[in-house]
Amino acid sequence: MQNTNTHTEDTEEHKFLLFVSGMSVKSGRAIENLRKICDEHLAGKFNLEIIDIARHKEEAVHHQIIAIPTLIKLQPGVQKIILGDLSDTQKVLRILELNQ
Amino acid sequence: MRRNVQETSNTHTPNNFIFPKTPTGVEGLDEITEGGFPKGRPTLICGGPGCGKTLLSMQFLIKGITDFDEPGVFMSFEEPTADLSLNVKSLGFDLEQLKADKKLVVDYVRVERSEIEEAGEYDLDGLFIRLGYAIDTINAKRVVLDTLEALFSGLDNQGILRAELRRLFHWLKEKGVTAIITGERGESTLTRQGLEEYVSDCVILLDHRVIEQVSTRRLRIVKYRGSTHGTNEYPFLIDEDGISVLPITSLKLDNEVSSDIVSPGIPGLNDMFNGGGFYRGSSILVSGTAGTAKTTVACYFAHEQCLKKERTVYFAFEESPQQLVRNMRSISIDLEPHIKDGYLQIHSSRPSLNGLELHLLTLRKIIKEFKPTTVIIDPISNLINVGSEQEVRSMLVRLIDMLKVNNITALFTSLNKQTENFRPDLAEESVSSLVDTWITVRDMEGLGERNRGIYIVKSRGMGHSNQVREFIITAKGIELLDIELGPNGILTGAARQSNELQRKMDEMKLERELSRKDREIARKRKVLEANIEALRNEFESAEEELSLLRATEELQEQLAGENNKSIKKD
Repeated sequence: MQNTNTHTEDTEEHKFLLFVSGMSVKSGRAIENLRKICDEHLAGKFNLEIIDIARHKEEAVHHQIIAIPTLIKLQPGVQKIILGDLSDTQKVLRILELNQ
Repeated sequence: MRRNVQETSNTHTPNNFIFPKTPTGVEGLDEITEGGFPKGRPTLICGGPGCGKTLLSMQFLIKGITDFDEPGVFMSFEEPTADLSLNVKSLGFDLEQLKADKKLVVDYVRVERSEIEEAGEYDLDGLFIRLGYAIDTINAKRVVLDTLEALFSGLDNQGILRAELRRLFHWLKEKGVTAIITGERGESTLTRQGLEEYVSDCVILLDHRVIEQVSTRRLRIVKYRGSTHGTNEYPFLIDEDGISVLPITSLKLDNEVSSDIVSPGIPGLNDMFNGGGFYRGSSILVSGTAGTAKTTVACYFAHEQCLKKERTVYFAFEESPQQLVRNMRSISIDLEPHIKDGYLQIHSSRPSLNGLELHLLTLRKIIKEFKPTTVIIDPISNLINVGSEQEVRSMLVRLIDMLKVNNITALFTSLNKQTENFRPDLAEESVSSLVDTWITVRDMEGLGERNRGIYIVKSRGMGHSNQVREFIITAKGIELLDIELGPNGILTGAARQSNELQRKMDEMKLERELSRKDREIARKRKVLEANIEALRNEFESAEEELSLLRATEELQEQLAGENNKSIKKD
């Protein structure tokens, strides 16, 4: 399942993979929290792919997913993996190095 | 797939109820667990590093596929798939082939703490989905999670983790798969992370310890809910065929017995037994001090059995096969043809090479493959060097049981210390209660020489001679000598010879004396007869003289009468 939101004007744009599982509460919250963060701090300069592993099970294997939700930041910089519903906004920002 | 496992309430188990079990396919383990692991439930295997957890669980999966047609999923948290394939390849398991055949799924779950951050709540749905996906693709019946504890080091939120693990085990049960969860042994708990809290149906502990430089692996069933099981520590072995566990079999002593007689092969020794030999399937101990020809006795037995086309295995802990063959040739026992004909196998190894259990397992394997009817262990006392006396004893009990169950005649030799007593030392006594027939060969020292004597200490169920028979070993082989009775008992060696000589001399003397007496009698008779002859001659001459006189007198009288007549006429 792909839910992309693309604005390709910068090579340094943020690229995210968010793994969720069906309609679970935590998954919903994670999507919500991530969108909020992206909107506030990245203002359209991001690429988010949401993958429902309940439907695409092989993706879970491929990306070494164990926890749901899992956010993988592919770029910029080193790959980062964040587990959880991203409710700890400050921590997420720190990990993604988005706090000014 | 969504088959609910039959939930059994343990308190109301009817007598005829058989707890559903999944055979492990691991040699010996099914015997201990009385059928395998609990079907459709998780089993925890815990133990220290390098004790064989991964291998045991892998074997469980592979045997499930090859022997029971139950596909399996291996979820590895420690080793990448390729490493795993390589590791078990050396044990003859080809994971790649099984994977290609859609019988096996190996999923390596990589949890790298340094790459992972946590922000907020999560669950382990990813793991569930992956596992479920793997199970469903091949319709797996067996699952291995090796080892879940890696999650504890990879994830921060222990609260979530524990809750999720509980859910995982519940989910596995619901899935109806027979699962193995491995766990690293903790300091005071069975597993470092207390996994035993979650998996409470069956817990197996593996252990690897080194006693006096010899390592032994052991397995123990800590718990098996709803089923009886062996409670001891069972030694197990990892060799080129994977894991095999050594069950302590036939504790009941109800094996069948045979009344067949097998001959020891030594002329004369047969006759010391009323039945003419040993019972088939019995165990025989040949004990003695160094150099009392125990090995020779054993080889004679092997030779005899091979001649009768009985398959024989000879474990030599002191000599190499070649050495043994050469040495025996010097006393006219040629074992080589038997080896060539396939009736004799000689296995030589140093006893300290392996732990006791390995020896036992090797034996077990050979019995399975070669199906011998005779087993010789020369000497069994060397094994005592390997373990403590108690261990040795327990091993011997198992060994003898194993042999008895298979109706194998076993001959052990045992080297014991030189003691002044006629009775052997204690170590030997501990073995001797296990054997049926006990023959002792011993030195008989005296008069500046050493002789060998053989006697039967005991022979269950058969009358036997009580004599100590001297025997000699010549280029022609063993020869039991006849009893030589001296004034102070049985004589051996030089005493025997001097006694024999003495006896011969005495005999000769007596004979000479007799003939001398005979001659004297003859002589006396001759003398007397001569005397008689002389007397008779004398008598005859006297008689003759007398009759002559008488005739003369008669003549004179006649003449005188005639003269008188003529005078009257004149």
